[in-house]
Amino acid sequence: MQHGEALVELSNVSMVYGQGANAVKAVDNLTLTVHKGEFIAVVGPSGCGKSSMMKLISGLMPVASGSLKLEGKPIAGPINKVGMAFQASNLLPWRTAVDNVLLPLEIVQPHRSQMRSKRAEYRDKARALLESVGLKGFTEKFPWQLSGGMQQRTSICRALIHEPEILMLDEPFGALDAFTREELWCMMRDLHAQKQITAMLVTHDLREAVFLCDTVYVMSDRPGKIVKVQKVDLPRPRDLDVTYTAHFQELVQELRSYIGRH
Amino acid sequence: MQKFKETILAPTLFVVALILLWEIIVRLFGIAPTILPSPLDIWKALLQYWGPLVSNSWQTLFTTLAGFGLAIVFGLLLGVFIGWSKTIYGALYPVMIGFNAVPKVAVVPILILWFGIGTVPAILTAFLISFFPIVVNVATGIATTEPELRDVLRALGASKLDIMRKVGIPRSMPYFFGSLKVAITLAFVGSVVSETVGSNAGLGKLMLDAQAAFKVELVFAALVALAVLGIVLYAMTAWVEKRMTGWAFRGENQGF
Repeated sequence: MQHGEALVELSNVSMVYGQGANAVKAVDNLTLTVHKGEFIAVVGPSGCGKSSMMKLISGLMPVASGSLKLEGKPIAGPINKVGMAFQASNLLPWRTAVDNVLLPLEIVQPHRSQMRSKRAEYRDKARALLESVGLKGFTEKFPWQLSGGMQQRTSICRALIHEPEILMLDEPFGALDAFTREELWCMMRDLHAQKQITAMLVTHDLREAVFLCDTVYVMSDRPGKIVKVQKVDLPRPRDLDVTYTAHFQELVQELRSYIGRH
Repeated sequence: MQKFKETILAPTLFVVALILLWEIIVRLFGIAPTILPSPLDIWKALLQYWGPLVSNSWQTLFTTLAGFGLAIVFGLLLGVFIGWSKTIYGALYPVMIGFNAVPKVAVVPILILWFGIGTVPAILTAFLISFFPIVVNVATGIATTEPELRDVLRALGASKLDIMRKVGIPRSMPYFFGSLKVAITLAFVGSVVSETVGSNAGLGKLMLDAQAAFKVELVFAALVALAVLGIVLYAMTAWVEKRMTGWAFRGENQGF
């Protein structure tokens, strides 16, 4: 698939936790480009620095060396152009689903200052977003009234409500059962197709990565380096059935062979 | 019906049986009213001294609530302040522990020295004894905010104050309201202790005077008043807790 211009560019990026003698290199010499509308996955063994990479791109952690750019501009600190969702949905238990989704708008400008005057409009938008991921009738429920899959859908809506340039998903389906996980893959696939979002998925699940993504990056053990870049040439829209095809299996196997290899 | 049996009938019967047993034992063994008055004697004393019992109850209630109110205000402020950063937490925590380790009864004479015998030491004792659990609970609630949630908000450009307002403080509310039940009980203890050490009004003072005059049945009548007051205060805070943080008590009306 053809994608637009480069959105995120990392070149020779490394990142270090701690200081002095205790410093641990989390990622080393990373170079990758995420194009507009592209869905990429980063896979690798535990502790290979996948999550560190997310922190880098979201501006939560500084780079130790190399350059990191978003839309051509260096990322120096937190930028509200990212949306994040994690393995735990981290919904606020005192807010309903729709109010949870509204949270970013209460923080990000210009919505923040318009919250009072446009509240109804924002609520409608949040409701529509929730309904688009199959949560019609659940928008006014509290998180504990939702199933795990629904909580995760809500969490992803919260990451998208402020229309970020890039959506970052850190093992968002990791805690779900197999069937719910596949349902959410399809939801994610549809969201990506409808809204043409750019997304970066960090996962342990190679099938998930191949099913959802255009490009899969395999990282090595800490300090994380990219050891393999795999384009996924399966045509879109992809159906769940594609996961049973020989070509799909080949791609997964190919990726698997790069994990845990030194 | 089952609920009525469990929550109303059973405790009522138990209390009635206890009072009957008490009355029987006192009569059977001929225990002097100056040692252990019978429930009937206490009831008579309650009626006889109704006026002073009520006025002194109001005094104790007032000092308890005033101290408790102060504890809420300072406890919340200090709790948020301590929960704000790990450094402040580290700096203040040992001092707080040391402060809390001092028995508050030992502080009462100093308070009397400073403020004279009267209402102020009782209020301050109630305050000093009850604000610690509030501080610790609020600070804990804030400090245990999930790091991922912090990251989500920080990545959006949220300031520390934003995170505090949107997540930290609401999140600490169940801890806060939970601590109020403990705090109100402690404030009550503080008030009465201060009244017994040096005061001119309140149930503590009334008990002290009754004891000196050997009116043992009045001592017990005042104890009954204390029990009633304590239960009412506890029930009030428990009710407020339940109302304010219903979201933390899931399970009763689970959706799925």
